[in-house]
Amino acid sequence: MRTPAEESPTLTQPAGVGSPETAFVLAVGPQPPAKATFWSQLKASLAMFGNRKSAAGLVILGVFVLVAIFAPWIAPYDPNAQHLDQTLQPPSFQHLLGTTHIGQDVFSQLVYGTRGVLVVGFLATIMATVVAIVVGVTAGYLRGWRSESLSALSNVFLVIPGLPLMIIVASQFDDPPLPLIAAVLGLTGWAWGARVLRAQTLSLRNRDFIQAARANGEPLHRIILVEMLPNLMAIIASSFVGTMTAAVLGLTTLAFIGVIPVSNLNWGTILFWAQQNNAFPDYWWWYVPAGLCIALLGVALALINFGIDEYVNPRLRSAGERARAMKRKGMDVNAAVTQVRTGTASAGPAESASESTTA
Amino acid sequence: MSAQSTTGQTTTGRTTAGQPGDPTLVGTTAARTERRGRRIPWRFIGGRVAFYAFTLWAAITINFFLPRLMKGDAVSSYMARSQGQLTPDAEKALRLMFGLDSSVPLWQQYLDYWNMLLHGNLGVSISTGMAPVGDAIASALPWTLGLVGFATVVSFLIGTGVGAVIGWRRGGRLDVLVPVTTFLGTVPYFWLGLIFIAVFSTTLGWFPAGHAYELGVEPGWNGEFLGQVVSHAALPVLTIVVVSLGGWVLGMRNMMLTVLDEDYITVAQAKGMPDRRVLWRYAARNAVLPQIQSFALALGFIVSGTIVMEMVFSYPGIGLLLLNATSAKDYALMQGIFLILVLAVLVANILADIAYAILDPRTRQTEA
Repeated sequence: MRTPAEESPTLTQPAGVGSPETAFVLAVGPQPPAKATFWSQLKASLAMFGNRKSAAGLVILGVFVLVAIFAPWIAPYDPNAQHLDQTLQPPSFQHLLGTTHIGQDVFSQLVYGTRGVLVVGFLATIMATVVAIVVGVTAGYLRGWRSESLSALSNVFLVIPGLPLMIIVASQFDDPPLPLIAAVLGLTGWAWGARVLRAQTLSLRNRDFIQAARANGEPLHRIILVEMLPNLMAIIASSFVGTMTAAVLGLTTLAFIGVIPVSNLNWGTILFWAQQNNAFPDYWWWYVPAGLCIALLGVALALINFGIDEYVNPRLRSAGERARAMKRKGMDVNAAVTQVRTGTASAGPAESASESTTA
Repeated sequence: MSAQSTTGQTTTGRTTAGQPGDPTLVGTTAARTERRGRRIPWRFIGGRVAFYAFTLWAAITINFFLPRLMKGDAVSSYMARSQGQLTPDAEKALRLMFGLDSSVPLWQQYLDYWNMLLHGNLGVSISTGMAPVGDAIASALPWTLGLVGFATVVSFLIGTGVGAVIGWRRGGRLDVLVPVTTFLGTVPYFWLGLIFIAVFSTTLGWFPAGHAYELGVEPGWNGEFLGQVVSHAALPVLTIVVVSLGGWVLGMRNMMLTVLDEDYITVAQAKGMPDRRVLWRYAARNAVLPQIQSFALALGFIVSGTIVMEMVFSYPGIGLLLLNATSAKDYALMQGIFLILVLAVLVANILADIAYAILDPRTRQTEA
């Protein structure tokens, strides 16, 4: 590792001007603990995404985001262009996923539909997460009736069934605009995150480092933003992902029902038209890809959440690995009696001793 | 100043030491816990009752304000659709009937609305020929309750059982089930329902594709009708179970992994208890508690899924009624259905609370 000083031109000049290069090595001495720079902190706060499951989920999500951004370059046709001479074509090289009843290219619709799903999904999720953080952390930090009433509010929203409320609100408008749909999805989706965040904040506020910060006279906004929020990141991320899953499902469902305008192209709209025009069961290329896309996005989000779960609760990760390791040595993880094994070459004595104590 | 602080101390001291007359503090520890266990947890019950009452009030208030916040109202859209065939007098009469008369102050409308509700009057439904909303809902509700109730219980039992076994045999071949059920859980209800219809009904012809029973059959408690109902409900139930299974499996497995690390499991095994007993009576019983709590959350999801599923299967339940009301802009019916759905979810929550209190003695003794 080269320090920045080594690279500076004055010090790399030939000897005689300054001290020899070895002096640097001696001067540095034992490495001090890494200083908390912005990048190291960012790396630490992203550690929950560092396992294979989260990474796989993020990659899938990233592909969808790229498709949404570059939709005009990826889609071979205008999604609404009608090719009346090529209706209900099965997949071919000309139309990768076939065509609809009026000759629209299904693949292009799918690509543009990704944009509709992700824009509304992210918008709704960001709104819901902001509300969840504000309500949840405040309810967890405050005491007394204010905390209780905020918690009751989130519990009420948790119990009220979301989709009927969405249907009723959306149906009051003839042509609900996208931000409104996102707001309705967000309004019905913030409660669970707020509840989990409140519980975690409650347990955090009595920890020593928070008490110390309060005793030091740190202002409230600093305690919440600097001391608490980093410790809530995993839960915030997890509730973000969960809310996004619900928002995507809610959006596609609303579109499929036909409550939101069908001009807003998303995967649900494709299914809406497919069902309206009796695509089931013969024209599979029309309805199977859209459903699979919804499921794939859901799997990606679920994978991210699995990873966060395992990061938060290491038992989930270690239990399976430990059990498999024991099985490889011919032991049963649920055996009540620890087997005394003689003459097995597969494991070292120290390892087997440690395993038998955990059994 | 000092006198104040001493009195303060004495009062707190007395309360923490416990009143001498408190019957729960007399006798041996065992007798005390015995008596305490039988004591009815008024504080817990009271808290829950207050919460349910508050939720109900909030739902009714949302219900009241939603149509009044919006631009158009039921009567205007009805008038627009009748295209001048109704006189302004009729419009005024309709407004009075719906409690939408703008000359009445809002708080008076709100009180009238409550008065109507307390008399069991949900208004009249425009789309079903001015029939009372209550009647329209009453004819649809049993179908939804039977279908969703059965499917939810089946899904919960199977999912929790499978999750417990997967958690017990951790690291085994059964772990494959976790990603499989998760994938199925992310599939939208309506899409899976349509696929099931395409495969099992249209292609294979095993089950009918929609409706609760064939048109020619007379409803009644006879074998033919019941057989029809079962075969028509098969695909919807299958859809709900398949989609909602994943959440239960994953939740139970994760809790099992956490619980199986506890010391009392090790102790139970060390005592030489049979595996079956340790699995179900020790580990699963404790791991199932968060599952019951998450029941409340799942319920809203299931209700939402059911609405779309009823549309896909043309099942004559609440969901289909709501969608028809939406497309007909029948606000009174929409509000009535929303209210009934909230009520149903609340009742299910109360049942979950009772089950929780039976399974977990701690909720009965301390404030939850």
